[in-house]
Amino acid sequence: MNGKNISWFGRVSLGLGFAFLYVPILILIVYSFNASKLVTVLAGFSTQWYSVLFNDDAVISSFGLSLKIALLSSTMSVVLGTIAGLVLARFGPFRGKGLFAGMISAPMVMPEVIVGLSMLLLFVELQQWFGFPAERGVLTIWVGHVTLCMAYVTVVIRSRLVEMDRSIEEAAMDLGVRPLKIFFLITLPIIAPAIASSFLLAFTLSIDDLVITAFLSGPGSTTLPQLIFSRVRLGLNPEINALATITVLVVATLVVGANRVMVKAEQRRTRLAVAT
Amino acid sequence: MMSRLLSLRDSREAASRGARRPTWWQLLMPSGRSLVTAIPYGWLLLFFLVPFLFVLQISFSEVEIASPPYRALLTRAEDVLNIALNIGNYSYIFGDPLYFDAYLSSLYMALVTTLICLVIGYPIAYTIARAPEAKRNTLLMLVMLPFWTSFLVRVYAWMGILDNEGLLNKACIALGLIDTPMPLMHTQLSVQIVMVYAYLPFMILPLFSNLVKLDGRLLEAAADLGCRPWETFLKVTLPLSKNGVIAGSMLVFIPAVGEFVIPELVGTPESLMIGKVLWMEFFDNNNWPMAASVTIVMLALLILPIIYQHKREEKALARAAQR
Repeated sequence: MNGKNISWFGRVSLGLGFAFLYVPILILIVYSFNASKLVTVLAGFSTQWYSVLFNDDAVISSFGLSLKIALLSSTMSVVLGTIAGLVLARFGPFRGKGLFAGMISAPMVMPEVIVGLSMLLLFVELQQWFGFPAERGVLTIWVGHVTLCMAYVTVVIRSRLVEMDRSIEEAAMDLGVRPLKIFFLITLPIIAPAIASSFLLAFTLSIDDLVITAFLSGPGSTTLPQLIFSRVRLGLNPEINALATITVLVVATLVVGANRVMVKAEQRRTRLAVAT
Repeated sequence: MMSRLLSLRDSREAASRGARRPTWWQLLMPSGRSLVTAIPYGWLLLFFLVPFLFVLQISFSEVEIASPPYRALLTRAEDVLNIALNIGNYSYIFGDPLYFDAYLSSLYMALVTTLICLVIGYPIAYTIARAPEAKRNTLLMLVMLPFWTSFLVRVYAWMGILDNEGLLNKACIALGLIDTPMPLMHTQLSVQIVMVYAYLPFMILPLFSNLVKLDGRLLEAAADLGCRPWETFLKVTLPLSKNGVIAGSMLVFIPAVGEFVIPELVGTPESLMIGKVLWMEFFDNNNWPMAASVTIVMLALLILPIIYQHKREEKALARAAQR
């Protein structure tokens, strides 16, 4: 059963499944090179929508803002998420640990409208009491994204720490190395790949987020998803097809590239394991 | 001198063994560990838990033309402190069929989405889990790739297909299946299709990580004992993958209940989902107290599934840690 080949049933279900997942994206790409302004009519090859896109100042500036927020929030969420993962995986039981673990995992499943609204009301109340934050904008969006992304980072880091071989850490502890030093010299290098992949995950979550951003953004801070959303609401738009195509190609290149690096590393590890 | 040093050492050892109660300054001075824990803990308390208290508070408030647009619960006139708890929003939610229908249709849509994702996702996850190890990684990456691309882009991709003059209608007419375009866009069906499309990876991943641990020898044993393939599936594979099925279903169902973007872009204007109702109350009607009440009721519906899902995950992690 656990053989070398995939059964006909498996082939059919994979074929249909991947068709379902990829045909809409392929159609999207095809229509981005369409000469017609109507997105439902094919009328010859053209790259005009790409030049329209690159000359669209609103798109460029909102992309810049999205990029900035994504970099800032993924950096912060990796720091907080790594600490939280360490606390949950290594610190043993402490009072309030259950609540902590619950607050970590809840943002991942909770509908985003709930998270967005509740966080906005917090900021409004804070402003009433302390006059800070004075207005909604990059700072409030950043806090929202960090809270969402750190949940994902924590899960990745925690499961890596749980399955990690602890013998090196224990050896260092027996030799009297201080915990902080052990973390930076041993644990951190070992979990570095998990940190890198959780950074990428946090980055994509942040740059893609619409709902939480919509609640937490103010006038003058329009992110790329907000801009896309406001245009798509009005109907199909070939410029958005071009933008979507670029997004898909960039993401595909990054994911395939990261996957190859990981596969290579895995092979190297297997070879080492066989050699020793 | 020597004896004092010795006794100091003894007391320290005693304290570290927990035999003696810590002195007051040990209680006051936080250890390194609690300082480290306090950073993410404090962040989540302030930005995740405390906000819900404000939502609860504002849900008992009244709309007011002011900034922010709600009345404070506590007011002081002369020396009298007035507390005004307005339960009008809640009686409105439970009295008006619009809200009731919205909650019901959200739960229904989420449930159907979960079931369809399970039916489509299970064979895919199973096949990938049983595939040769060399291919597994690539196949899994192909499932994950759409998840990494923008959610909005994936919803938008279906707008061109489901449009009433879109590709699906054109293809059906060209094939001679229908004469006039079917109304596909802005129907319950279009919402359903796009929701399955958007949430499918969340079903496949937990199913895969469960099925990949399934011992192939059990399936061989069942086959040797005369089980037909579908019997093996029903009696061995499916019961053993129960945890994966539940985990995947929760990851699809809970967020799907509050989905806003999909019903907004491809849904009907008449039948509302609760995520969209919340959005409209907040952004279009500027009725923050009502939006807060809608949130509280939605939270009350979802809190049990969320806790259940969290407890299961913690158990799974504890099992992984033991191994």
